[in-house]
Amino acid sequence: MQIEVTVNGSTRRDDVEPRLLLVHYLREVAELRATNVGCDTTSCGACTVHLDGEPVKSCTVLAVQADGSTVTTLEGLAAPDGTWSPMQQAFRAEHGLQCGFCTPGMVMAAIGLLQHNPDPDEIQVREALEGNFCRCTGYHNIVRAVLAAAKATTTSLHPSSSSSSSQQDHRARPETPSRGPDLGAPPAITSGSAAP
Amino acid sequence: VIPAAFEYRRPRSLDEALGLLADLGDDGKVLAGGHSLLPIMKLRLTAPGTLVDIGRLPGLRGVEVDGDEVAIGALTRHADLSSSHRLATEVPLLAHVAGMIADPQVRNRGTIGGSLVHADPAADLPAAVLALDGSLLLRSAAGERRVRATSFFTGFLESDVRPGELLVQVRVPRSGAAPWGYQKFVRRANDWAIVAAAAVDGRVALAGMAATVLRATATEQALAGGASIADAAALADRGTDPTADMHADQEYRRHLARLLTRRALDGARGRA
Repeated sequence: MQIEVTVNGSTRRDDVEPRLLLVHYLREVAELRATNVGCDTTSCGACTVHLDGEPVKSCTVLAVQADGSTVTTLEGLAAPDGTWSPMQQAFRAEHGLQCGFCTPGMVMAAIGLLQHNPDPDEIQVREALEGNFCRCTGYHNIVRAVLAAAKATTTSLHPSSSSSSSQQDHRARPETPSRGPDLGAPPAITSGSAAP
Repeated sequence: VIPAAFEYRRPRSLDEALGLLADLGDDGKVLAGGHSLLPIMKLRLTAPGTLVDIGRLPGLRGVEVDGDEVAIGALTRHADLSSSHRLATEVPLLAHVAGMIADPQVRNRGTIGGSLVHADPAADLPAAVLALDGSLLLRSAAGERRVRATSFFTGFLESDVRPGELLVQVRVPRSGAAPWGYQKFVRRANDWAIVAAAAVDGRVALAGMAATVLRATATEQALAGGASIADAAALADRGTDPTADMHADQEYRRHLARLLTRRALDGARGRA
């Protein structure tokens, strides 16, 4: 099946098998190998990427489900001149990694937190990272890194997702307000009347 | 691990989806967020011939007050539920429980409809909707029917969805300020419940205590008869049939059911 996915700002068209997982699409078709396959069972979070601006576990998404969507991987975080994003810089400054395997997923999950909670406390950081396992650090430095990034950041954490919103709109996606306090679109199904 | 090969269809409208499901019969399987289905497909525990991806169908996502009930579109994600101020006011148990599922990434994909239809006996939302005495609207090309949660969960990973039917909406009574509580016992933060108890307005539902989620009817009857929370909760494992596994044997699960029920009732919180 032909899919069109905007990965880290550039739109690709690829012919994929329906059963191809998004993580394999990113690693093997798009050749972006920062995103790791860890547990492959939706547990460890090493495969976390942003799908239309929100962190998801790409081992449990089909590439065809991302058709028409925007995906951001760790490779898409740095500025065009190569400057790391504040979150990446904070992970380095706070030594938020040892072996590095979980790091791409940790960074993507942490950015997802700051997008809707720019000033989290330590508990909120730990809860936001509950879907990401690190087998080296004991998490303390990771949490410090996220708190440091929150402190350092008031501006854009995620340039590619903010620029993608207009693109999303003209695609065939349904009304999916991403983070409204409430969902604007009421369910159309009340008593069999307003179904599309 | 890779799922077995399948055909993939992405209908553009609900009617098209219902037509497809009618044509496909047992060969078709509905894909929404995929966070129950894809893991078991990857493990080759199931291998549907055709996936009908309803994930982008319009009109099936959102939370709306409708009379005495709150209507929730089947494609409403756990993250939508847990961040909905409207739901937190109208049905606080459901908003709270949605935020307790797995982890943020999973909550960004998983849908309430998928969770209910999948009918995992250890899952959070089935227990919550059962405790709320909610109902489900199932639509097919032939029409629509409404099924109460009390009769929806029919067996292990089995629910009362007939071939060609699609769960389109979940309806729960507006519980408002009624006392509620949710207790979930897990070994690790993002695990499935070993046992969970959901309590609201004198009703209690348990997860992890049988092949389906189920109501603690003995506890409910005792409460209705004026028993203390402690005495009523001591009956919570009556009529349950828990399994034993590496996490807990049967007697420990029964203990958890009684304990968590008492805490859910004790800690039952009304609207602040």
